[in-house]
Amino acid sequence: MGEPSPVLEMTGIRKVFPGVVALDGVDFRLFPGEIHALMGENGAGKSTLIKVLTGVYEIDGGGITLGGEQVDFTGPLQSQKAGVSTVYQEVNLCTNLTVAENIFIGREPRKFGRIQWGLMRKRAAALLARLDLNIDVSATLDTYSLAIQQMVAIARAVDVSARVLILDEPTSSLDASEVAQLFTIMRRLKDDGVAILFVSHFLDQVYEISDRLTVLRNGQLIGEYKTADLPQVQLVEKMIGKELAVLEDLEDRSQRIRAKTGDAAPILSATGLGRTGAIAPFDLTIHEGEVVGLAGLLGSGRTELARLLFGADRADSGSLQIDGKDVTLRGPQAAMKRGIAFSSENRRTEGILGDLTVRENIILALQASRGWTRPIPRRRQDELVDKYIKALQIRPADPEREVRNLSGGNQQKVLLARWLITEPRLLIIDEPTRGIDVGAKAEIQKLVAELSDGGMAVLFVSAELEEVLRLSHKIEVLRDRRLVEELENTEGVDADRIMQTIASGATS
Amino acid sequence: MTIVKHRLFWPSVILVALLVVNIFTANQFITVRDGHLFGVLPDILRGSAPLLLVALGMTLVIATGGIDLSVGAVMAISGAVACLLIKDLSNQNSVGSVLLIMAIAIGASLVLGLWNGTLVAVVGIQPIIATLILMVAGRGVAQLVTDGQIINVQSSPYATIATGHFLAVPVAFLIAIAAVVLTVLLTRRTALGLLLESVGGSPTASRLAGIRSRRITIMVYVVSGGLAGLAGLIYSANIKSADSISAGNLIELDAILAVVIGGTALIGGRFSIAGTVIGAILIQALQVTVVAVGVPSKATLLFKAVIVVALCLSQSATFRQKVFGRFRPSRPAVPAEVPA
Repeated sequence: MGEPSPVLEMTGIRKVFPGVVALDGVDFRLFPGEIHALMGENGAGKSTLIKVLTGVYEIDGGGITLGGEQVDFTGPLQSQKAGVSTVYQEVNLCTNLTVAENIFIGREPRKFGRIQWGLMRKRAAALLARLDLNIDVSATLDTYSLAIQQMVAIARAVDVSARVLILDEPTSSLDASEVAQLFTIMRRLKDDGVAILFVSHFLDQVYEISDRLTVLRNGQLIGEYKTADLPQVQLVEKMIGKELAVLEDLEDRSQRIRAKTGDAAPILSATGLGRTGAIAPFDLTIHEGEVVGLAGLLGSGRTELARLLFGADRADSGSLQIDGKDVTLRGPQAAMKRGIAFSSENRRTEGILGDLTVRENIILALQASRGWTRPIPRRRQDELVDKYIKALQIRPADPEREVRNLSGGNQQKVLLARWLITEPRLLIIDEPTRGIDVGAKAEIQKLVAELSDGGMAVLFVSAELEEVLRLSHKIEVLRDRRLVEELENTEGVDADRIMQTIASGATS
Repeated sequence: MTIVKHRLFWPSVILVALLVVNIFTANQFITVRDGHLFGVLPDILRGSAPLLLVALGMTLVIATGGIDLSVGAVMAISGAVACLLIKDLSNQNSVGSVLLIMAIAIGASLVLGLWNGTLVAVVGIQPIIATLILMVAGRGVAQLVTDGQIINVQSSPYATIATGHFLAVPVAFLIAIAAVVLTVLLTRRTALGLLLESVGGSPTASRLAGIRSRRITIMVYVVSGGLAGLAGLIYSANIKSADSISAGNLIELDAILAVVIGGTALIGGRFSIAGTVIGAILIQALQVTVVAVGVPSKATLLFKAVIVVALCLSQSATFRQKVFGRFRPSRPAVPAEVPA
């Protein structure tokens, strides 16, 4: 039996943002009646590809055919009319309207201009029944769980146009039984001939539900595979990739690790620390001058772990010792007082303050710890800010420029400067090199190594294994919100070894 | 070119234009009579004092991303408390007693601000709802204080804060300017202004930078309450009575308008005290001018609205681009977001 023709075919898609090539010659095919997973780390281009497909972005090169016809989407409405529907991670429905209203909003069955409420409810119920969902369609949406809301969104999407359905991270806020329910529906739609594009960071789910998968990395197509033919380890390897050695000037890893003093004092030690729904209880000790790497895929609990150590979220189990004393971190200030600094992975929403200047952003944490009544004298501010603009080579070197006008890499450096002037003893940095160019990346990595040599402890969170391996003395591997393994970074440890753990779970 | 782009350029131009109109329409724009400044300009400055005070507090509240609807009610309570106590004085002209009473009234206003701040920062109610509670309930409290009556007082020291002059300048305006100077010192000579703008810019990022945003939020509502209380005293001293119905009626809206005209965005973040001063005086000048040029009283509100709309449009970058920028070859800006 020959391959059926694809319902959707994207060829040589190219999309350029100022300074970044987001997609570079990407091909993508979707067949009717299949569930196709789109895989890749953050910044790989998954979202951009979806936005191109749904007409949110216009393409700079390449072509899209839908059902054999060349299409040129200039807006989401157009792509929807052509048969492409998307259900996003956050449900885009009106929770204050009823289920039936949500399904038929904008296209209510009418007679003489009057909405036929009875018919609308009947049709809604029938539609949901097809998905094995028997709920009261005249109840408002907010009376149902997030999973049900998601399924209502799917029902609406397939009813509007049933050829291609895009599910962008539909499972990220669902529990196991809800995921199972969602999968049942997805299989049913697949049997009806709908082509489903599925994006998820949970590998197990991808292997459970998808028929084929396409891997993207750094805006480039790595390949299209039959899910059954590609072992998890290889998938992870393809997603993460082997990074080119951009850091020749950084001293050799083995030297760094040998140089580590054997008996440095522990700064922080967590015992059974955890937070329900965020990260399972874990043990972790961090010593002076030590770089501890946190490795794991997105959603594996890396950030959640880091936030507990900074008091950004409160732990609900276990205990934390800092300098040998039991402490309960009630908030970031409590952690800062004990010499802990934390730079968030969400640079734009949790890091920089775009309206404020470089100088103001840099002094913010130091000023916050002094309180508002003791302003840092302007001359001292200028000294500190100048020093770090030079040391970190922040460009443009203008302390009075608004931070939002800086590039991502320079914003990241501003954030690092903010924390470095507080002279922390433990610096937690979450994805400091994400979305920034190679040069800035190398500078930041070098800085981390230097700080550690100077005696500062660093908890380094990154999705890039090469980076974690290059810098860390000790690597903590996370998987599915659980710390599954601690590895001393010695000769035998390499990316494959870590990928093994990420893909398959704890070896011990 | 750069001066035209300054965000206070257009408000300043309109303020000056309004004042120029008054030079021609008014009998007396500014003269010295009996050793006092006299005429329309001093009247505008004197009359703008309560609004200026209220708008000053509002600026700080809005900088944190909040809003304070209760300022009018606080004015009413403050005036009611002051007049009630002054009426019972054996000697209403005792300066010491009147000063003490004014301190008590302002103290009460600070407590009301603390109530607002607590509702917003500790209980976690949205600012617009939290302050709506006091906006509605506060008038009731004021009526309870005055027992539903208008309390008249005959106290010359009290009247001085509204109608007196010091060195020929209206005392009310001097009080407002003193408050402005103090607020500038409070926010710009300490780190308060920076922390305020940070909290308003992003509460999450601020928290992660170690800012105790709760304290700061409470503080701005307390300051707003105190300034509204002071404004209430000037208002009631001006009419020599406590009128809990009309004192500060709808002033919250004028205050918000003054802040917005001054270039402080309602979503919080950067704030401009100078802008608020211009905005408040502008609104007062507009009110005076509308009457002076003989706009029929039925149409004054509409006329005011037209000016305000024009002003707001002049501050919108998109609008300016559309109106003035059509001759430049323009490409739609590509969103500079980093693809995730």
